[in-house]
Amino acid sequence: MKRSAFAGPYVAWMAMFTVAPLLFVVYFAFKGDSGFTLANIQKFLAPTYLNVLWRSLYLAVYCTAICLLIGYPAAYFLAGKDFSKNQALFVLILIPMWMNFLLRTYAMMSLLEDSGIINQLLKAMGLQPLAMIGTEGAVLTGMVYNFVPFMILPIYTSLKKMDERIIEAAEDLGADPYNVFRRVVLPLSVPGVVSGITMVFMPAVTTFAISRLLGSGNFWLFGDIIERQFLEANDWGFGSALSLVMMMLIIASIGLLNRIDPKKEGSGAW
Amino acid sequence: MIEETRLIELIGISKDFDGTKALSDINLYIRKREFVTLLGPSGCGKTTMLRIIGGFEYPTEGTLLFEGKDIASVPPYKRRVNTVFQKYALFPHLNVYDNIAFGLKLKKMSRGEIEKRVGRMLNLVKMTGFEKRSVDSLSGGQQQRIAIARALVNEPEVLLLDEPLGALDLKLRKEMQLELKSMQQELGITFMFVTHDQEEALTMSDTIVVMNEGRIQQVGDPKRIYDEPKNAFVADFIGESNILRGLMLEDELVSMCGEKFPCVDSGFGINQPVDVVVRPEDIMVVGEDVGMLTGEVKSVLFKGVHYEMIISAGGFNWKVHSTTMQPAGSTVGLSIVPFNMHIMRRQPPKEAAS
Repeated sequence: MKRSAFAGPYVAWMAMFTVAPLLFVVYFAFKGDSGFTLANIQKFLAPTYLNVLWRSLYLAVYCTAICLLIGYPAAYFLAGKDFSKNQALFVLILIPMWMNFLLRTYAMMSLLEDSGIINQLLKAMGLQPLAMIGTEGAVLTGMVYNFVPFMILPIYTSLKKMDERIIEAAEDLGADPYNVFRRVVLPLSVPGVVSGITMVFMPAVTTFAISRLLGSGNFWLFGDIIERQFLEANDWGFGSALSLVMMMLIIASIGLLNRIDPKKEGSGAW
Repeated sequence: MIEETRLIELIGISKDFDGTKALSDINLYIRKREFVTLLGPSGCGKTTMLRIIGGFEYPTEGTLLFEGKDIASVPPYKRRVNTVFQKYALFPHLNVYDNIAFGLKLKKMSRGEIEKRVGRMLNLVKMTGFEKRSVDSLSGGQQQRIAIARALVNEPEVLLLDEPLGALDLKLRKEMQLELKSMQQELGITFMFVTHDQEEALTMSDTIVVMNEGRIQQVGDPKRIYDEPKNAFVADFIGESNILRGLMLEDELVSMCGEKFPCVDSGFGINQPVDVVVRPEDIMVVGEDVGMLTGEVKSVLFKGVHYEMIISAGGFNWKVHSTTMQPAGSTVGLSIVPFNMHIMRRQPPKEAAS
């Protein structure tokens, strides 16, 4: 039997549940009452929808940036020599990943609610309660909370597999700790950073449940309006058109990220 | 060439790794422009010693002096010492030019000056024209040359080389040995070279430091190390040798294999147990009746320049190198001139090991 035959079940699975649905999406997006139409795409160009797209984009960018700012130092610490003997913190970072993201988001809700844990603590200390739930900040917090492990892990991996000798070579050639980091560690961890950004940005830009739960329905994100077309408005044509836009967006951003790291290593950062 | 100034001095240096002694009480000095080789089997502490000098390990005990100043706590990036690492450790994200320019850029040297120096180095290691190549595209020997250039371009006081030729094939290795030696003489830089290859050490060094189990066994120039090994370990590790147990009967007379042999050593006392070392090329195969010992040829191997024969005589299997061959099974006489018998005090069992 040919080795490629082993991929058969997977190919069948992909054909049935990825390729076929994609073809349906394209079909519905351009199918009018009488043949081909661009009406669904044109409908998307209305300011309401463009605004939602814009909000989805900037929340995802913020979320990715914050995850990077939190995740890189964390990964750097975890991959360091000082840490190698104590795995407790690593497990603490991983634990949230083992749970369903809806559970995590509900947990976040009970923290941020008007009568939630944080506000009760504030009240107990005699301070004014804060209106957190239903704000963009709450949605962003929920997104960062959910996605930060996906930033830490790839960066951690790229730092961990870095050859200790290369760092020693840099020190040997006169690089102080700052220059070792800037000229060697950072450029060599670029592949990890790129894959971290990809793994956070993609789910962040398409997210929908988090905005619903933590935004109290005050914010529509792009994922929300797609869901709505299919489940409530029953407008499959428009829903498919929006999905296509989203897909193009994702493909474009992958292309952009690959340009940062064309050789899949940290060249050009000197 | 070698100046008498002591550039680096190790005084009573010891290093423990989690309770295991890697180095014990190392005392050694290295002079300016000297080519020093640390020679020993793997795990003997030679790399640890180099790493202490490079600043990558901190000695558990002892003092490390550089031009008379204690530098044990000076970080590697402030030491005027550069290293050629065992597996080269080139920067994979930089091309050949940027690898070599790494140290110069950190010194904020002008672009023109950097270009000039990198060019000169590439010329020295015969890699001109490779500036823009990625280091992954280079062969082992080429990477080796870039690693040497990257270290030397900084004009260090001392260049540390950690088994730099270990990954090269024999021919390339021999070539690089000569090139390294001539580079060292041309640049007038002190080289500290680590190897487990005794031939390499004998070829290149001004001074060889033989090490075993974290201790220095002998320090001396190659000829002295080869001709006058201080103990059985050195004799066995450097070149090939026959090591026998003997008894020093009196000055200039030793007994072994049930016979008495004249030698040139004295001062061991009367009836002292000793180790006797005889190099295979120092044993003369003579007529059956004129030899000091009579024995039977057990096996013969052709080695190119000479034959290697195992000859059983006096209850010992002698390894003998000779350009003339005696067939296996024949009876021969063996003779050794007094000058070629090396007598050494018997080591306490631990250090005489292997």
